Amino acid sequence: MSTSVASSESASTSSSGLKPSGLNPSGIGASVLRREDARFITGNGRYTDDIRVEGQVYAVFVRSPYAHAKVTRVDIGDALATPRVIAVLTGADMQADGIGGLPCGWMVKQKDGTDMRSPNHPPLVVDKVNYAGEPVAIVIAETVEAARQGADAVAVDYDELQAIIDLGTATDSSEIHPGISNNLAYEWELGDRAATDAALASAAHVTRLDLTNNRLIPNAIEPRAALGVFDATTGEHTLYTTSQNPHLERLVLSAFVNIAPEHKLRVIAPDVGGGFGSKIFIYSEETAVIWAARRVRRPVKWTADRSESFLADAHGRDHLTHAELGIDASGNFVALKVHTVANLGAYLSTFGSSVPTYLYGTLLAGQYRTPNIHVEVQGVFTNTAPVDAYRGAGRPEATYVVERIVENAARELQQDPAELRRRNMIQPDQFPYQTPVALVYDVGDYEKSLDKALGLIDYDGFSARRKISEAKGHHRGIGLACYIEACGLAPSKLAIALGAGVGLYESGEVRMNPTGSVTVFTGSHSHGQGHETTFAQVVSDKLGVPFDAVEVVHGDTGRVEFGLGTYGSRSLAVGGSALIRASEKIINKGRKIAAHLMEGAEEAVDFSGGRFSLRDSNRSLSIQEVAFAAYVPGNYPDDLEPGLSEKAFYDPQNFTYPAGTHIAEVEIDGETGVVSVVNFVAVDDFGRIINPLIVHGQVHGGVAQGIGQALLEIGLYDSNGQLLTGSMMDYCLPRADDLPDFVVGTTVTHCTHNPLGVKGCGEAGAIGSPAAVMNAVTDALGVDEVSMPATPEKVWRILQGRSPRRMA
Amino acid sequence: MQITLTVNGTLRELDVPENTLLVDILRERLRLTGTHVGCDTSQCGACTVHLNGRAVKSCTVLAGQADGTSVLTIEGIGTPDVLHPMQAAFRECHALQCGFCTPCMIMAAIDLVENHKELDNKSVREGLEGNFCRCTGYHNIVRAVLSAAEKMAAKA
Amino acid sequence: MYRFKHHRPTTIDEAQSIFAACDDPSYLSGGMTLIPTMKQRLASPTDLIDLSQVEGLTGITFHSGLVRIGAFTRHAVVANSAEVAKAIPALAYLAAQIGDNQVRNRGTLGGSVANSDPAADYPAAVVGLGATIVTSQRQIAGDTFFQDLFETALEPGELITAIEFPIPEKAVYRKFPNPASRYAVAGVMVARFPRGVRVGVTGAGPCAFRATALENALNQSFNPDALNAVEIPDAGFNSDLHASAEYRAHLVKVLAKRAVQALC
Repeated sequence: MSTSVASSESASTSSSGLKPSGLNPSGIGASVLRREDARFITGNGRYTDDIRVEGQVYAVFVRSPYAHAKVTRVDIGDALATPRVIAVLTGADMQADGIGGLPCGWMVKQKDGTDMRSPNHPPLVVDKVNYAGEPVAIVIAETVEAARQGADAVAVDYDELQAIIDLGTATDSSEIHPGISNNLAYEWELGDRAATDAALASAAHVTRLDLTNNRLIPNAIEPRAALGVFDATTGEHTLYTTSQNPHLERLVLSAFVNIAPEHKLRVIAPDVGGGFGSKIFIYSEETAVIWAARRVRRPVKWTADRSESFLADAHGRDHLTHAELGIDASGNFVALKVHTVANLGAYLSTFGSSVPTYLYGTLLAGQYRTPNIHVEVQGVFTNTAPVDAYRGAGRPEATYVVERIVENAARELQQDPAELRRRNMIQPDQFPYQTPVALVYDVGDYEKSLDKALGLIDYDGFSARRKISEAKGHHRGIGLACYIEACGLAPSKLAIALGAGVGLYESGEVRMNPTGSVTVFTGSHSHGQGHETTFAQVVSDKLGVPFDAVEVVHGDTGRVEFGLGTYGSRSLAVGGSALIRASEKIINKGRKIAAHLMEGAEEAVDFSGGRFSLRDSNRSLSIQEVAFAAYVPGNYPDDLEPGLSEKAFYDPQNFTYPAGTHIAEVEIDGETGVVSVVNFVAVDDFGRIINPLIVHGQVHGGVAQGIGQALLEIGLYDSNGQLLTGSMMDYCLPRADDLPDFVVGTTVTHCTHNPLGVKGCGEAGAIGSPAAVMNAVTDALGVDEVSMPATPEKVWRILQGRSPRRMA
Repeated sequence: MQITLTVNGTLRELDVPENTLLVDILRERLRLTGTHVGCDTSQCGACTVHLNGRAVKSCTVLAGQADGTSVLTIEGIGTPDVLHPMQAAFRECHALQCGFCTPCMIMAAIDLVENHKELDNKSVREGLEGNFCRCTGYHNIVRAVLSAAEKMAAKA
Repeated sequence: MYRFKHHRPTTIDEAQSIFAACDDPSYLSGGMTLIPTMKQRLASPTDLIDLSQVEGLTGITFHSGLVRIGAFTRHAVVANSAEVAKAIPALAYLAAQIGDNQVRNRGTLGGSVANSDPAADYPAAVVGLGATIVTSQRQIAGDTFFQDLFETALEPGELITAIEFPIPEKAVYRKFPNPASRYAVAGVMVARFPRGVRVGVTGAGPCAFRATALENALNQSFNPDALNAVEIPDAGFNSDLHASAEYRAHLVKVLAKRAVQALC
């Protein structure tokens, strides 16, 4: 049985043709309790490492202790002699089998029109190591412990090379990849440089700011894992793995890596314990596991230790940025110029190239009418783990630049930061709004979110609260971030034109079963987002069938036709829309069947609340009755196929543009420098909300990660490329007592171009919050900039040498 | 080594290597996979079970230390039909997302309620410092623990 | 984790004779440090001598101005003991600050003290309260027990059986936790005895130590401001990702002042 709790937000109807949902207690807008929870709270979840296949053996990887080294010899003799070790396979074995390198899925064009430069990325090192922890060999044994001992016994000779670690000087350093000069993957630009320079030159005021966006290590609590199974009889490969996008994994492993033909490769992503981007990518280990399973003719399982996760999961962010904001005498933004050096790590990860470019530069207009924007990005290789999408992917970086510099501008101009923002916001009547950095925003009402957030945090009462803190010897600050993001990735034509190697549509299938229950197949993947509930609400609402009669299937290329998976807050906007389209096809076919059964004209059949009714008659049929008739087609239209199952591929026409205002209030211990977030308000416009309970949860989680970035988390390497923050003892993940309760509110403008009117909510929390927190920290300290994370000692040092506060 | 332990009320006699961890006994030998492994430094708490009535990290208990003890795991506290109040509260408060930390967050929370008096928002947050959740931001977990604490007190 | 033999003696004598007979033995108490270290393969003892069954290592008793706590007493027991909280509230409080709830349910007093982790909490109490370490062989003054990073006055095979904490007039422990690991970046125990003030510091140096400069200042005038002029030299202090030696020295003073404030 489903249960619903009172919704704090009622979804209003839009022009999208959806009926009001008040009639359906489990439909759109209801805070339906999640059905997937039943298995998770009882310990019955089924994650990759929980799966056991008869005869399975275990893999352990030999990893390079050096960040940059030539591999001159790999001696596996002793390892093979280790008791219970079955096989030791190296990069050379892989190459001999024709296994290719891991591709980057997005070809970025440089500003001079040439293609970016992407080095070969063999899943197992062949002759040169480019980051510490890179896998050199895979050892397979009857037990994990034996595999570990075997790995210890692999003798690798390394010829250590100078590691290139420092992002600021990497372009002036020796080449990591032969032929890739200056360690530059690309130099990319967007916007009108000349116009931006001219506008800056004539601006009444220019605010300048140098920023770093700290390297983050994702740390989903479930480490990555893979179980490869090869069936020698059929030639079928099955890979159970911790993936956010199993179909993409199958596509890449088949088309580019040459593991197996697509029809002989099945990828299953069962329950997945969080992703945050880090489980999008096609990694060495999963690739090696499925290949090794074929080589040794045994199912092979690998589960990462947390230490391996730190070393070898793709990291996030890591930018150095200089920005200049020009403002005219009336306080209008006239130009924004941004130069960013983005650390890509040792190789181009699956989407690593697109994150600091198309997902970053295009967002630099923020919520504002800034007419001239130019951004230049250098994508740089270093001897560190590859860097790719982490929750927000490019958009937190853009928001950080825009909202930090706008905040500083307001302080320099001695204006209220909220009012300076308000003055420059795109107005509701200006949509669709073409920004100078390529995007067309479809809809929004930014001031509404701003005002609601200011009210919720009691902005006017801040100075009184500051006085109370100061009386205790503490410093108090408040900071805003009015963010925008581009979600619902993405219109395929646009993405492919810009270099994407895949389309970014989504597939959905709605299968009415003969008895009237519904099985829904989606190419999206849920690893915490609650699709099994939300998507069932959507289909239940659309088809007028009971929520409990709708089952959602995802995460298995053997069951779901195709899909691009879950990232970029796209599941509902793209995957949900596909389900609406498929449901519409069900209704249209059902209408034909119903018209035939009710002996009326198809045009005279209405569908509402799960019933087909013949206009101007008392005849009606439930959708379940129609489904039965479709599968038992005795009395049935001659020109219609039996069955009632429909598919749809939905390709969005535009990105969606969630936007909102986050406000953080911090208190800083004047003696120790400890920063506490004492109040946090997030007001977001996600368009129509299907399940408020789930949406609020997504915001909470995103904000926690954003506060983590601002105050606690940083991935650090020493100058030799050794990861200094390689465990939870040194990399600080937010704990419950690091965080406040969050105040979450919403405003609603419906997305204009998808049938649900939805925008996506998965990343917003992580996008707005770092800038909000750091604006509050710099406000409290009265300084222009504090680099993230604002750790106690860093803040204490600022307090020691602090200059007087500029504004009272 | 031969060990005997009671897991979720059932007496188990096992022969395991000395360097086996309790979490591996539970997951690999007894196939109780609700207890997870999220780190290798005893920080994340995803392996929390009750050992003789108190929450412990089963990744940091050796087989020999578990000998003669009574172990309670997530599989032993409730059933889908008759949930423990903490399990029910987690669902009602949407205190979980990916579900990976959840079973052991629940086990830690039950210990907190059973062994610590007068919980409030602050003490729940402090009391859960041994358990990481990367999804929820803890907001709803705190709500769930406080809600369950009331129900557990009413029952007791 | 490498293979080892797990011994479970029931007496101190038996534990010690196993220790003497083994190649590379290690006592196993709560295991909260040892087991993760072994999992990371940073330690590989051939033999673990589990103290959990050894008689006479647990229990909290009170006599003649002392709280005597058995070495195998778990942190949670100390933290939750109403008697300890009454006699030396700072000690119960300190125990409640160690690790996290699950760690406190396993970790033991003796294991913590014998390990002499520079960032452990208990050493601050041993030094700050002037405790006596009772071992299988002898009694060792708290002041001389901690010798360096992970080095103590214990001889090989010598086993802590109990620690006797003198009951002060008043004492307060203040800790600045490492944000990631929650170990002490610095921890300060300030205790007032009829004979004077003791200040034990953990986290800051290679091992716990008495901050005599702070003690002298407080013996002259027991108030937070008395510490303002005291210099805490950071020479030899720990320095890592989370805190420099200089910051640790600063924190020691801040924590000491806060402790004194709480005592005034």
